[in-house]
Amino acid sequence: MAQKTLKDWGRKWGYVVVVLFAVINLSSPAFAQLEIDITKGNAKATPVAIPDFLSAHPQTNQIARDMAKVISDDLERSGLFDVLDQALYIEKQTDINYQPRFSDWRLINARVLVSGRVVRESADRLKVEFRLWDIYGGKQLDGLRFATTPDNWRRIAHKISDAIYKRITGEGGYFDTRIVYIAENGPKVNRRKRLAIMDQDGANSQYLLAGADLVLTPRFSPSAQKITYLSWETGVSQVYLLDIETGRRELLGNFPNMTLAPRFSPDGKKLIFSMVKKGNSDVYVMDLTSKSTQRLTTNSGIDISPSFSPDGKRIVFTSDRGGSPQLYIMAANGANVKRISFGKGRYTAPNWSPRGDLIAFTKSTKGRFHIGVLNAKDGKGERLLTDSYLDEGPTWSPNGRVILFTRETRGAQGRSAVWSVDLTGANLRKVATPGSASDPAWSPILP
Amino acid sequence: MNRKMKFAVISMMVVAVSACASAPKEIVQQEPEPVQEQIPAPVVTVPAPVAPVEQVIVQAAPTGPAAGSADHFKYVSGEDRVYFAYNSYDLSTTARDTLRRQAQWLGNYSTSILVIGGNADERGTREYNLALGARRADSVKAFLVSQGVAPARITTVSYGKERPIDGGSNESSWALNRNAHSAVLVGGEG
Repeated sequence: MAQKTLKDWGRKWGYVVVVLFAVINLSSPAFAQLEIDITKGNAKATPVAIPDFLSAHPQTNQIARDMAKVISDDLERSGLFDVLDQALYIEKQTDINYQPRFSDWRLINARVLVSGRVVRESADRLKVEFRLWDIYGGKQLDGLRFATTPDNWRRIAHKISDAIYKRITGEGGYFDTRIVYIAENGPKVNRRKRLAIMDQDGANSQYLLAGADLVLTPRFSPSAQKITYLSWETGVSQVYLLDIETGRRELLGNFPNMTLAPRFSPDGKKLIFSMVKKGNSDVYVMDLTSKSTQRLTTNSGIDISPSFSPDGKRIVFTSDRGGSPQLYIMAANGANVKRISFGKGRYTAPNWSPRGDLIAFTKSTKGRFHIGVLNAKDGKGERLLTDSYLDEGPTWSPNGRVILFTRETRGAQGRSAVWSVDLTGANLRKVATPGSASDPAWSPILP
Repeated sequence: MNRKMKFAVISMMVVAVSACASAPKEIVQQEPEPVQEQIPAPVVTVPAPVAPVEQVIVQAAPTGPAAGSADHFKYVSGEDRVYFAYNSYDLSTTARDTLRRQAQWLGNYSTSILVIGGNADERGTREYNLALGARRADSVKAFLVSQGVAPARITTVSYGKERPIDGGSNESSWALNRNAHSAVLVGGEG
């Protein structure tokens, strides 16, 4: 991994990015016929042509090619686009400010065309323009211009992917995001687990903490600038906060007890977690400004893995108060506890969808593990999306469309990897990570 | 016969054959075979009778760990881990016996302190297993306290499923990984 410091990272992501959203020519919204319905499992992939971006300077030629590649890979991975082979393209555009020859693109059955141009404005400033064309409608769907430092070109590519995704599917994208995860090294009986972060597509992966060899369950704040995680630095597991912009690290509270299972509230002002007293785990919430802590559950069963609803009014958590671990929902103040999972098996690790309507969970039954979803409203409509020896810990894409989770293979040589699956259960695939990886958490769309 | 010797023998045979082949033909005059003499009967030598050897099993040298050490704790207690059933934190009879011996040792070495680590097998999700490990560690602590160990001497920690002692994914491996480990830290002169 690159030897970048946390500060470099923060500078790169936090300060240097200058993105100008200049709408070149936003056409009228009369292109409903192009929107694909992604609520169904087997939505037909939209054929899209993505030629290499144009480059007017030798130093940007490579970036212009790579941008087309990154955008193509983003869209392909979503399962909703079929990127047409560049060898098929007939027209070779030389100026993206003119309309393409739509007939040439119709011949190869492209529905949309992505054309872009990279302009080197100075040694440390890059401008990128892109236009999205509706081939059958014969018109422009979108046009955007971005500017940044040359080494930050991947973010522009992801932002273009997001713009295309949004224009075609009608939903927000998730490509200009990062994943915080645990990088694993070593055999099962002596495994190092370190906090790491990478772009959503596996690029720019790096460790965030030196010296901590057992770190688990990282989660992003809604600002994507803070991470909460679990570490054993003091000897027992405790919850920490890490500001990835400043590198400031903080132990949450001065609790003598084990704390675990942290998550931010949707407004980022509170942290919800479990604390162990006399062996028993209960759910607590801390106001991060005043540091005042409130206990939310008092049950003698294990109460763990709390997750807020996106409106911050309710909390889903795991409890074994009924004998086996099941999912329960309560109000944000701990009132009105209600069980919502009733299927056969053990339900753990719930995570409330950013759309609010669904709760993802891990279910184990008959020696198998599944990632599933059910309706937050009444616990009905359970659907299992995956099946393996060990799947666990779902995390949602910011648009509530894709779920990442950990899949571990069995045996002494067993390894963990991050996998993704669509809400529909389609498009199951392994996520690129530099090595073995677990406990992914998806950031919001970056600011 | 090794390769070299074989080669040597074959070479000699070749030499002999070629010698025969190249030698001029001669008339061989054969002598009559000599009359065989009678072979004398072998003389048997009787060995001296075997002298008896006395055999005594020597006890292993007493090389046990130094009294009061962490190794001694394990040696005396028999086990520094107790094991649990699936998704359970109840102490079995065997576990209680082990813990009674641990408590006795802790009574004898009263400046030592104990860190109990609760562990779970891999068939559970990460956070739930951390909570389960915490329960197991606390079960052990509560029992040791009931046996007279001062609660202030005992710290508990859970590692969930993060510290397996057996990497396998089968019943026997899982059974080993569902445990609470007593790590003794020896302070002062004990």
